[in-house]
Amino acid sequence: MHFSTSGLESARRHVGDEVRVLIEADSDIVLAREHGRLIGKKIGFSATDLTIIATAISEVARNILVFAKSGEIVIREVSEHGRSGIQITARDNGPGIPDISLAMQEGYSTGKGLGMGLPGSRRLMDEFQVISSAGNGTIVEMKKWVNQNG
Amino acid sequence: MEVPILKQGGYLIATIQAALSDADLIKLQDALVEQVGKYRSKGVIIDVTALDVMDSFATRTLRSIAHMIKLRGAETVICGIQPEVAFAMVQLGLTLEGISTALDLEEGLALLNKRTREREAARGR
Repeated sequence: MHFSTSGLESARRHVGDEVRVLIEADSDIVLAREHGRLIGKKIGFSATDLTIIATAISEVARNILVFAKSGEIVIREVSEHGRSGIQITARDNGPGIPDISLAMQEGYSTGKGLGMGLPGSRRLMDEFQVISSAGNGTIVEMKKWVNQNG
Repeated sequence: MEVPILKQGGYLIATIQAALSDADLIKLQDALVEQVGKYRSKGVIIDVTALDVMDSFATRTLRSIAHMIKLRGAETVICGIQPEVAFAMVQLGLTLEGISTALDLEEGLALLNKRTREREAARGR
């Protein structure tokens, strides 16, 4: 099942660094957002965008810990149609999300969080996609482009 | 990274000095709630100037701390939320409704002084 806010299937090229952070403890969340800042800075994001990216990483990384216990975050530079961006992929082999559109609803929570994680991260980023089904783990892929939306 | 808590007169000042893990935030919560009773503090300032991110967990924990401190009979002011952090919080949909905030430590102390004076005056009546 897919939940997509824009065309993610378009061709893209992997142009720079890629960092893979294993998420197994809450200190790994801090590590993942530090890597996000480092790579984002190299790509040329503003201070505000770096904080936005770090915040989105924090939310999806915590989802991994809370719902799947462990997983990974992959952060990489991407380029498409002459623009540069950052792509963050959060992947786990946890219980998965049975109803993604429900999970994307503002304030919907299974009781383990604030119900902000997924809808909030979608608002922070330019592109956002969740692939998951019950029993098959979850992949969240999100991107932000430099100089978009101010 | 543990957060140092400074006792300053009737106040406790907790200055976050680097990015915090969830466990560090919970430790801060427990330490403040305990110390506010131990030192009979009238107010608590949490300086988050150095906090890199205020995500949903950090916001919820700070909100809980302020509510717990209130139940212990003291006031809490959160100061130093950076402009880009405020921006990200609003986009994420996070609020600190009902929690006192101030620009920096100086403003935070001024606000606490005002709050505790009001409180004393109300008691004296």
